[in-house]
Amino acid sequence: MDPLVIAGRKFNSRLMVGTGKFSSNLAMQSAMESSGCEIVTVALRRVDINNPGDNMLQHIDRERYLLLPNTSGARDAEEAVRLARLARAAGCEPWIKLEVTPDPYYLLPDPIETLKAAIILVKEGFNVLPYMPADPVLARHLEEAGTVTVMPLGAPIGTNRGMRTRDLINIIIEQANVPVVVDAGLGAPSHVAEAMEMGADAVLVNTALADTPNPALMGEAFKKGVEAGRMAYLAGLGPQRAKAQASSPLTGFLREE
Amino acid sequence: MNMHVNGENHQFDAGLTIGQLLKQLDLQPDRVVLELNQNILNTTDNINTELHEKDKLEIIQFVGGG
Repeated sequence: MDPLVIAGRKFNSRLMVGTGKFSSNLAMQSAMESSGCEIVTVALRRVDINNPGDNMLQHIDRERYLLLPNTSGARDAEEAVRLARLARAAGCEPWIKLEVTPDPYYLLPDPIETLKAAIILVKEGFNVLPYMPADPVLARHLEEAGTVTVMPLGAPIGTNRGMRTRDLINIIIEQANVPVVVDAGLGAPSHVAEAMEMGADAVLVNTALADTPNPALMGEAFKKGVEAGRMAYLAGLGPQRAKAQASSPLTGFLREE
Repeated sequence: MNMHVNGENHQFDAGLTIGQLLKQLDLQPDRVVLELNQNILNTTDNINTELHEKDKLEIIQFVGGG
């Protein structure tokens, strides 16, 4: 497949994978492996000092995968900036998936705080990949602020409901000069294929891979969905029509006219 | 001494260093990032930094996330 380029860096996979909610590190690794992904997201949280648990970074090969920390849990720009700085201090490359989600029920991104944080983080030298509402005007503002992608949501995080914002994402794709990564809500290979057929540059998937008895098989299914969608986009889909257009000749029928 | 660690009050011996605290908690320094009184610290560079009464320390690590 043609490579994806973000901030001058080339990726052969157009599927990014989130590492949350897997039943085990092995399940997570198997999904990462089979999906062919090269970018994986992680979150930052307080250590439970009574029960520190496992160091999950041990299970991610940093030579192979670009670690993309997110700012999940941030309720405003200030909290998001703090998390991004912590991620960098933890030794990550300055790539950050910016998430500001003050609403606990739908986890919808706050457009104003997201833009504020993006402006600050771009100035601090981060490659900012902002999770955002599917709003074409906001996408332009973020791009002008210097973000290296825009990441509109297909549906709320973890809902597996697919491309509910399809028409707006179409406009974002039409207007964007940075890669458009559809993030959130993509729950089936057909959903990612749809996004890629429309011309999205990449997708990010987590819940759909974690919330299945067979993450390895599902990772492969999503990989194929992304590849199928991308290839169809590159080939060029035929136009949709209201009326039938015969595929077989309309002459030479075996009947009396 | 009394310190605020990850949002909770905890008692520690006076003069404790960051390195000693992490050892007590069985945490490898390279797996965590620290914020002391709202300043981000490079953990390995501050392994001998002494902690003080009423310090506010955040010990943060990477976890799975989307």
